[in-house]
Amino acid sequence: MTGRAQMRMLPNGRRLHLQDGPIDLIVEAFGATREIDAAYRAACTRFVCLLDELCGELSYLRQPCSPDAEWPRGPIARRMTAAVMPYASEFFITPMAAVAGAVAEDILTAMLGAAKLSRAYVNDGGDIALHLTGVEKFVVGMVERPDRPSLFGTFTITSENSVRGIATSGWRGRSFSLGIADAVTVLADRAAAADAAATMIANAVDLPGHLEIVRVPACELAPDSDLGSRFVTQAVGKLAAPEVDEALASGLRAAERLRSLGLIRAAALNLCGQTRLVGVSEGSLSAAVPERSLMHA
Amino acid sequence: MADEAIRCDACPVLCYIKPGRTGSCDRYGNQNGKLVRLDPHVVLDRAVERGESVVPFLERNGEWDGTLLSHGETFVTAIGAGTTYPDYKPAPFIISSQVEGVDMVTVVTEGIFSYCGVKVKIDTDRHLGTECCTVRSQGEAVGHITTSEYGSQMLSLGGVRHLTGGSRQEGTATCDALLNLCNGKAVELAIDDGATVVVEAGKPPIVDGQQEERMRVGCGSATIGMFAKQWLGKVDEVVVVDDHITGVLSEHQAGKLLGLRETGIKLNGRRSTPGRYFQVAEPGTSWGGTDVEDPLSILGKFNAKRAWPGLRLLMVSTTGEHSAYFELDEHLRPKEKDLPVTLRASVARIQENCEPALCTVLFMGGAGGSLRAGVTENPVKLTHSVRDALTRVTCGGAPVYVWPGGGITFMADVSRMPQNAFGYVPTPALVAPIEFTLKLADYAALGGYVDQVRPLSSISSSHEGKRRVTAHSDNPWPLESGAKSK
Repeated sequence: MTGRAQMRMLPNGRRLHLQDGPIDLIVEAFGATREIDAAYRAACTRFVCLLDELCGELSYLRQPCSPDAEWPRGPIARRMTAAVMPYASEFFITPMAAVAGAVAEDILTAMLGAAKLSRAYVNDGGDIALHLTGVEKFVVGMVERPDRPSLFGTFTITSENSVRGIATSGWRGRSFSLGIADAVTVLADRAAAADAAATMIANAVDLPGHLEIVRVPACELAPDSDLGSRFVTQAVGKLAAPEVDEALASGLRAAERLRSLGLIRAAALNLCGQTRLVGVSEGSLSAAVPERSLMHA
Repeated sequence: MADEAIRCDACPVLCYIKPGRTGSCDRYGNQNGKLVRLDPHVVLDRAVERGESVVPFLERNGEWDGTLLSHGETFVTAIGAGTTYPDYKPAPFIISSQVEGVDMVTVVTEGIFSYCGVKVKIDTDRHLGTECCTVRSQGEAVGHITTSEYGSQMLSLGGVRHLTGGSRQEGTATCDALLNLCNGKAVELAIDDGATVVVEAGKPPIVDGQQEERMRVGCGSATIGMFAKQWLGKVDEVVVVDDHITGVLSEHQAGKLLGLRETGIKLNGRRSTPGRYFQVAEPGTSWGGTDVEDPLSILGKFNAKRAWPGLRLLMVSTTGEHSAYFELDEHLRPKEKDLPVTLRASVARIQENCEPALCTVLFMGGAGGSLRAGVTENPVKLTHSVRDALTRVTCGGAPVYVWPGGGITFMADVSRMPQNAFGYVPTPALVAPIEFTLKLADYAALGGYVDQVRPLSSISSSHEGKRRVTAHSDNPWPLESGAKSK
């Protein structure tokens, strides 16, 4: 047990907050009180040693993933590796691209192993693992810019569709991005898979060589970044409307491809106030993107 | 040094952080080669009572409860504001709010105070240690005993010498002790060749395991003066035992005025003026802060020419905690007897007039050039503005006393700040909130970052984690002019 991990109920008494180092989780379970208690206890028990377990294999997890590489040992590290493996033969990707989703998934699994819940979520900084049964549903809001959190749309997820993971990636977020998307939100069957896919699609929303885009080698910003000397986006200047279209089209192609491979179910791509949706018309998955105007902070 | 990446050891990720960047957690960052902590923001909400102070704590999930912070009724403290990298960038939050039709600006920043410490006042008569003796926490020197004040012992803890001038362990222990004291936690302090005392802001001190109940009503001499009349006719002599100034009723001016007869009593120690004695015993933790266990040990033989058999003598300490009653036998030797009911009331009266003994902790720090640069392009103008009383300085919303002279060196009562207002950086130094409030026009005049001013409403709806607390009812509202309360 480490003294670092913070585990407490948020003031409304319903949500559990777990924090350790860079991991920040908001957890909520629904069901009988006894079951919720058991689920939260299981989440806490799993959480205390989680960061140490993860950091034990950190140098491996920061290496590019390749199909014939040896697998790591920790359960979260294995989830991360499994989530990025589909991309490994074709692209540069490290298991770190799925870390947040994998942590969320792992905590949720621990909770479901200990309790019978009608509904639950584990939100790891916007990368979310979901549990749904019966007629339960989740309405998920999407935010394009973390510095201006206004919802640009909502997804409705029911127990009938297979989506149990949500992740968002973009250059404005906490992690570095090789692309210029303000935000790419992905719905997939698992949180770790959504996390990896959101990273890849956000990378694909890009205008290579554009002079209005400021890019810096990741290692200059964070010497131990898994992205090494790859250039990551630090600022996006004014883009003309056709350029926005072009960048989004590039991301859209990547997203469609991942959807056809079954790696994701749906995605919303956002750049300079423009949104493109993939896979939201089918089945019970619905998205609402209202008209809106930007507010001055 | 300042342009090198530093290793953060706050968690096992062990991020390597470049200057001006944060680690993967966004909670710790590298400022000029120093590790700094960034926390969610505390919004001080003005309300009638302190009560249940913490209302929704919004974490990074950016959920907004839909309430708008109403203008002038909410004050944003610097707690968790973080600092900027580097200093010449504007302070992280420069907030405007309308107060009585005047645009007020509050510049909110969290300062890293390498030059800081606490002044501790411990209400006790017990001898904690000799002046200048080292005060230790976790075995490390963290400060020293300074003056004895009226009914209290002062400690001076921290300061740049203990924080940075000694060993790493000394610095860390000092930072730890200061942080805990400022955040209202109990800290055990051991004084070289003296007592061990548990100090907690707003709580009674615990000296060598014994909780102090009362702060003395006055020194021994003052106690005589206060209660002389009540003793008249009930007792022939009273000695109020006090390590500083022991009082003797019959010799004291108060007794003389009441026409008390001389008793031939003789005290150890040095007579200062009639009825006032210094150094009647050694300092200690017993009667009146002396080492006296048997009060008779401070008396010499009664003068046979003046004393008489049956003479009634009361001995009492400055808090009424200790008392004893004697009558002289035929050989003029004091014999202890039960305290008569009539005198019991006067001892109780002494106790009743004592205030509860408390520990109080004042944070003292100096806002240096770099912190001031976060407020204005011309830092010295901020100092002048504070001097001219155009700018109000608060510390976590609590009023401060700004020392006269150069710089912005201030003291603030930690018990008037929201909980956990203080943080630390491992350098080691304390991270304390500081807010500067002034009129928008004055802010512009002193070269403030007017283009960085944002309305209060942007704090309420933005993603920055915020903690709403109710304003401390004893504090003047920081946005109000003058020292009006509430």
